[in-house]
Amino acid sequence: MSATETLEGYNFAYLDEQTKRMIRRAILKAVAVPGYQVPFGSREMPLPYGWGTGGIQITASVISADDTLKVIDQGADDTTNAVSIRRFFARTAGVDTTEKTEDASLIQTRHRIPERALKEGQILVYQVPIPEPLRWLEPRETETRKMHALEEYGIMHVKLYEDIARFGRIATAYDYPVLVNGRYLMRPSPIPKFDNPKMDNMPALQLFGAGREKRIYAVPPYTDVKSLDFDDHPFEVQKWDDCCALCGAEDSYLDEVVMDDKGRRMFVCSDTDYCEERRAQGHVGPLGTSPGTPQAAE
Amino acid sequence: MSQDTPLLSVQNVGKDYGETIGCTDVSFDLWPGEVLGIVGESGSGKTTLLNCLSAQLEPSRGKVIYDTRAEGPRNIFEMTESERRLLMRTDWGLVRQNPRDGLRLGVSAGANVGERLMAVGARHYGDIRQEACDWLEKVEIDTGRIDHLPSTFSGGMQQRLQIARNLVTNPRLVFMDEPTGGLDVSVQARLLDLLRGLVTRLGLSAVVVTHDLAVARLLAHRLMVMKGGHVVEQGLTDQVLDDPQHAYTQLLVSSILQP
Repeated sequence: MSATETLEGYNFAYLDEQTKRMIRRAILKAVAVPGYQVPFGSREMPLPYGWGTGGIQITASVISADDTLKVIDQGADDTTNAVSIRRFFARTAGVDTTEKTEDASLIQTRHRIPERALKEGQILVYQVPIPEPLRWLEPRETETRKMHALEEYGIMHVKLYEDIARFGRIATAYDYPVLVNGRYLMRPSPIPKFDNPKMDNMPALQLFGAGREKRIYAVPPYTDVKSLDFDDHPFEVQKWDDCCALCGAEDSYLDEVVMDDKGRRMFVCSDTDYCEERRAQGHVGPLGTSPGTPQAAE
Repeated sequence: MSQDTPLLSVQNVGKDYGETIGCTDVSFDLWPGEVLGIVGESGSGKTTLLNCLSAQLEPSRGKVIYDTRAEGPRNIFEMTESERRLLMRTDWGLVRQNPRDGLRLGVSAGANVGERLMAVGARHYGDIRQEACDWLEKVEIDTGRIDHLPSTFSGGMQQRLQIARNLVTNPRLVFMDEPTGGLDVSVQARLLDLLRGLVTRLGLSAVVVTHDLAVARLLAHRLMVMKGGHVVEQGLTDQVLDDPQHAYTQLLVSSILQP
C-alpha cells in the first residue's frame, strides 16, 4: 500500500518545520519526565478535534520518510478514522503504510494497543481526548497541577472506592488510571483496562497527544506502569466466556457484534490484524470459514 | 509535643484587604485540649482570622506557630506547601459553615469519610469501609446510609458527616466556622451535644468561630470577642459572658433574648 505520489504545496507530513521542532521539544520533555503532561502549542489540523489531532501532530513530528505507518481505530485497520489518517500521511509524507503490527515502525492508535507484543524501536502514538486523570474529580486546572506536583493522588482512590461501594467491584473498564514510574498519575487514553498490563515495561516508546487540551505525555521504553487498585480488590482485566468466532483466539480483546434482530450475536477480535494473522495460520473459530471471508461490520 | 508548649501560638496576626482591615494584632496561645471561641458581630473579622489560622489565607503580618508532632513548634507559613497541605489533611480538621463546601457531594458518605484515609495512603477497601462505619456511628448517622449520597442527607446530617470526615485521621486541632449556622434549634442542640462529647472524649483542641453566644458558652473554655478586626476582650468563657468588661461585650451579652 505504498503511496505513489505526495501532495504538492505541502511540507513533509503537513506541519511546518518550526511546529515540528516545538512538538519534538515537548516530546523530549515528556519522555524525560514519564507521565508528566507537557503543554504544547497545538495547531489547527485539517480534521476536527476528537478525531485524533493530538496523535496526528505527534506522528507528523516524529515520522520520517523511511518509516512504515500503521493506524488503528478500536483495534481495526479499516475503519473511517484509521483509513483517513493513514491516507493523510501517505499523501502528505509519502511514507509506506501497513496493516501488519510487526512491520510498522510507527503505530498511531485510538482506543487499543495491538495484541501482538511491540518491540524495541517501535513507537506507539495514542490519541487522547482528556489527558487529566483528576479532571472529573477536581475541575480546577490550577488545583490538579498542584495535586500532581505534590503527588496528592488519594482522590483517585475515592473514585475506585465509589465504584466498589456501588457495583461491588472496580467497574471502571476503560481509561483506567495508572501510576507511571512510581510518580505521575496518568490517563492511558480510552483504551480498555484489558490493555493496561501491556503498557507496563513495554519495549516500545509510547507517546500520548491531546490536541484540543494541548498536552503531550509519554511513557519511555521499559517503564513501570501500575494500574491503581486496593489491596483487597486487586486490578484485573476483562474476561469473556467465548472465544473469537472467526479465529478462535481466547487471549485477545473481543468485540460483541449483533448479527440480526433475533438476538444472535458473535464475539470477534477487535484487533483485525491479529485475527487475520491467526486465520492465515489456520486457526478457525466456531463461525469462521477460511481467510478472506468478509468480516462482520462494526 | 510537651505539656509546656502551646499547640498553636498566634503572634500579632493581621490581615489587610487593601485599605480595609480584615483583622489586626491578634495574639493568643491555644493549649492542648482547649477550645477557644471567637465571637463578634458579622464583619468583625472572625472568619478572616480563622482563615489565617488554618492556612487558607496568608496573613499580612504576624506568625502562626503550630506544635507539629515530628518537629516541634513551626511557623506554618514558613513550611513548604506540601508539608502544610499534609498537616491540613492529617493533624487538622476544618468544619465549614456550609457542609456543602466541606463535603464531596458527588460521592457516597462512606467515600467522604474515607477520603482522608486514602489521601494518607490507606489502600485496603475493607479497612477503609470499617473505619467509615465506625465514624458514622460516632456521629450518630445510621450506618445503613453509608452508600447514600450526602445530597440526600438533611442539613444536620450533612454537618455531622462533615465532622466525621474531618475527625477520621485523629486530628489534634479542629477549626470550626459557625458549625451550627443554618440549623434549626433542636438540631443545633444535638450537634452541640455531640461536638462537646467528641471534643472531651478525644482531647481535641478547637477554634470555634460563632456569632451565637449560646454556642460559645456550651463549647468554649476561653472566649475572644472581636469588633472591627480588633480583639476587644478575651478571657474564660464564663467570666467574659457573666462579667463583661468592654462596652461592646456588654452590648453583645445584653442583646441576647432571655426566654
